[in-house]
Amino acid sequence: MSRSISTFLGKRRNWTIPYLLFLAIFVVLPLVLIVFYAFTDAEGNFSLVHFRKFMIHPEAVNTFAYSVGIAIITTLACILLGYPAAWILSQSRFNTSRTMVVLFILPMWVNILIRTLATVALFDFLHFPLGEGALIFGMIYNFLPFMIYPIYNTLQKMDRSLIEAAQDLGATPFQVFVRTVFPLSMPGVISGIMMVFMPTISTFAIAELLTMNNIKLFGTTIQENINNGMWNYGATLSFIMLILIGITGLFNQEEDNASNEGGLL
Amino acid sequence: MMTKYLAKGYLWLLLILLYSPILIIMIFSFTEAKVLGNWTGFSTKLYTSLFSGGVRHSLVSALWNTFTIAMIAATVSTLLGTMAAIGIYNLRTRTRQAVGFVNSIPMLNPDIITGVSLFLLFISLGISQGFVTVVLAHITFCTPYVVLSVMPRLKYMNQNVYEAALDLGATPFQALRKVILPEIRPGMISGFILAFTLSIDDFAVTIFTIGNEGLETLSTYIYADARKGGLTPELRPLSTIIFVTVLVLLIIINKRAEKANANKRT
Amino acid sequence: MQKSDNIIRVEHVSKYFGEKAALDDVTLYVRKGEFVTLLGPSGCGKTTLLRLIAGFQSATEGVITISGQVITETPPHKRPVNTVFQKYALFPHLNVFNNIAFGLKLKKLPAATIAKKVKQALKMVGMTDYEYRDVDSLSGGQQQRVAIARAIVNEPEVLLLDEPLAALDLKMRKDMQLELKEMHKSLGITFVYVTHDQEEALTLSDTIAVMSEGRIQQIGTPVDIYNEPINSFVADFIGESNILNGTMVKDHLVHFAGQTFECVDEGFGEDVPVDVVVRPEDIYIFELSDAAILQGIVTSSVFKGVHYEMMVQTPNGYEFMVHDYHTFEVGQEVGLRVKPADIHVMKKERITNTFEGKWIDPTHVEFLGTTFECKEMQGIEPGTKVTVEVDFNRVVLEDNEEDGILTGDVKFILYKGNHYHLTVFTDWNEDIFVDTQDVWDDGDRVGISIAPEYIRVIK
Repeated sequence: MSRSISTFLGKRRNWTIPYLLFLAIFVVLPLVLIVFYAFTDAEGNFSLVHFRKFMIHPEAVNTFAYSVGIAIITTLACILLGYPAAWILSQSRFNTSRTMVVLFILPMWVNILIRTLATVALFDFLHFPLGEGALIFGMIYNFLPFMIYPIYNTLQKMDRSLIEAAQDLGATPFQVFVRTVFPLSMPGVISGIMMVFMPTISTFAIAELLTMNNIKLFGTTIQENINNGMWNYGATLSFIMLILIGITGLFNQEEDNASNEGGLL
Repeated sequence: MMTKYLAKGYLWLLLILLYSPILIIMIFSFTEAKVLGNWTGFSTKLYTSLFSGGVRHSLVSALWNTFTIAMIAATVSTLLGTMAAIGIYNLRTRTRQAVGFVNSIPMLNPDIITGVSLFLLFISLGISQGFVTVVLAHITFCTPYVVLSVMPRLKYMNQNVYEAALDLGATPFQALRKVILPEIRPGMISGFILAFTLSIDDFAVTIFTIGNEGLETLSTYIYADARKGGLTPELRPLSTIIFVTVLVLLIIINKRAEKANANKRT
Repeated sequence: MQKSDNIIRVEHVSKYFGEKAALDDVTLYVRKGEFVTLLGPSGCGKTTLLRLIAGFQSATEGVITISGQVITETPPHKRPVNTVFQKYALFPHLNVFNNIAFGLKLKKLPAATIAKKVKQALKMVGMTDYEYRDVDSLSGGQQQRVAIARAIVNEPEVLLLDEPLAALDLKMRKDMQLELKEMHKSLGITFVYVTHDQEEALTLSDTIAVMSEGRIQQIGTPVDIYNEPINSFVADFIGESNILNGTMVKDHLVHFAGQTFECVDEGFGEDVPVDVVVRPEDIYIFELSDAAILQGIVTSSVFKGVHYEMMVQTPNGYEFMVHDYHTFEVGQEVGLRVKPADIHVMKKERITNTFEGKWIDPTHVEFLGTTFECKEMQGIEPGTKVTVEVDFNRVVLEDNEEDGILTGDVKFILYKGNHYHLTVFTDWNEDIFVDTQDVWDDGDRVGISIAPEYIRVIK
């Protein structure tokens, strides 16, 4: 017996098996369960009743549309604010230090509640009222580093000789940027969009803190339904979000790399 | 020259925007004023009162829970993830890509999806939610990061090093212990710290898996507090402490990564 | 008696990776104390053979014996061999001392003994006083010395070296070659050495085994291999050579390049197609005179440090490479001569492409996984197994893959004086041999087509 175990362990690739079992139970099965609950009623029979409930319920659809809107605004604002920052950080002629880069990326790792409370603190401090403005500001504040980092990464790794080649072929600095740098940085922009849009659309609890419970986002709707025992409906809403994420993900090929590297500073 | 100042100015402006809110919290954690913005003189009372008195006992237990959950989750993730990384490294390319994809799901999924899906798993299996389910959930989203911090160490290791050890008379187990483990240990340690940081930082997945038996972590404690009264005075020192802790952990990870890079270069 | 003398016996060993044979029925005997080199181009199976001896991979078929013990299934850590790896494979977390002491510590030798042995090994490789250096701080050559010390300190019966000098620069490589030879002499242990560098093999070895496509083509001393290559592959791989198609007229008389030459070979039979090899340094070149057997015009002359390398074109279209200490101007008419003993005649491995095929219908035959149109033939039952022959010069290669009936990669090119002989690895995993005037490069993707009238079908 022990011999067969040792030969089994001797095959290194078998070492994946415990983790594969773990992934099957805690990653794959739960996702299957979302689909299962989404398409069944409380008795466990196949049913589209919850999708109908979502469709005919103006409040749910409105929240959904409003959340998508907020997410789009946040994403656009993050590109506009973040791209120049990423570009400046990546340019050696501005000799920005490595510390500077770290300072921009660091907030990615700070607890989202604390980042949100920080926005509340700023608005309190300036005596601005909480509400939609605070919500959008808070979202941008929360997710800007997630836009800067992947763009910075692609710009940083860009082959310098491509830019020199463009200059050599007679492009002005502006043309170099528009025709060479920007197109080549698209993978970074796309993963940035993924890393901002997805969390924005799926946050919960953040909006309440920023708007004194006046505005609710889609994530909160999901959480409330789950909390209140409406598991099937919550799963249906989660499934809709998964579809939305899947669609966003289709536009993105490179995001694997960028977000994986995003794991480490 | 002008552009240079403009560029630098822009970066500093953004940094001020990113850090001023946190700085405001930090500064006003050292005064007693109820309303943020009023400075009533330097005081550490908000800090001392955090941990004194019977009322505060729930905070201490939340802190303790956060720490033990993070410790267990990070330890298990590191063991599971390292073992998996060694296995994945020895898989054929096609299988390796498939496993890599499944491994990336928890990292790509938004927290709410991970949270809801695990919640549905636990209720379907009839597991009552509490400490154990939170730990399992944290292992789920931490392990992929461990795998990713160990993999590069294996990849950049000289392919023949393991064989060299066998050739010199080491059994496969000895070769693993004396050659492979020392090689990947830095990746394991980084993975552990990363997992620990992610765990103490997590809010979204925890809230779905913590149940309603009164178990609290730091995140859920803050959430409950902030929901009731917004940014209450006691949240100021608490936020400061968490921010500084995470900051320190991140600096350690970063320094390690820099050191590893420097070593690779020489 | 012979048996006890052989420390390594590799008998009928094959190794398959999936369908592909990396080693195909290899048999090799290594005597105790011998310096044997496995020489061949990349992908020829030499490293696989070494790894089978070391135990990192196991043979699909066959038996390997070391010191009389069958070790085919023995794990590497129980084999009396040690390996020096191409990229050193030093343990980066250990210093020089601990790297060398690694094997001794596993054997649980007393610390004092270990220290003594490590010192000796370091002295042997000329690295005294480097014990406590970090291995990353050493140069490539120094790392290689440590790797050698780490292997020999265990006093293996056989030392395996896998292209140990490949990563070093030329000067360093030359120095290390001499040192390795010295080390082999003073240690008295058996060395099995893998390299693709023929010069290195000729310099170092007692015996060379030339390998190609998973088989040993020839085993012999460096002098034998150089002077009497057994086939055109070995002739081409070892040193420079002129390789031509010829015909053995009868014993001691061979016809090639439009002339008949005296030679010393016999026993081929009469009017048999052969390959003829003439080394460039064995051709005498002189101002045209009656002494000339061949005449030609110098088309290029390049100084190579010691000698000149000249190309001479004969009127009937053959090209010869000639090495001489004197140069002749380009365009000058010259005479050429070769001594009978310097003409090496080799049996041809094949004189035509032969495939196993299947008859489809009166005008179609299937081979190489493809259906070809062929000359009409009646009276063969469809589905019958047949043999198909195609002459080398009837196979047409196309630049454009789609223009061919099947596709493949050019993998081996032999210049035969007035044409190229190519080996093309088809996508059906079978080789087809092609004679062509066109210039192709190693690795080119080609389309292959054959006109119907040149497909000979034999029942």
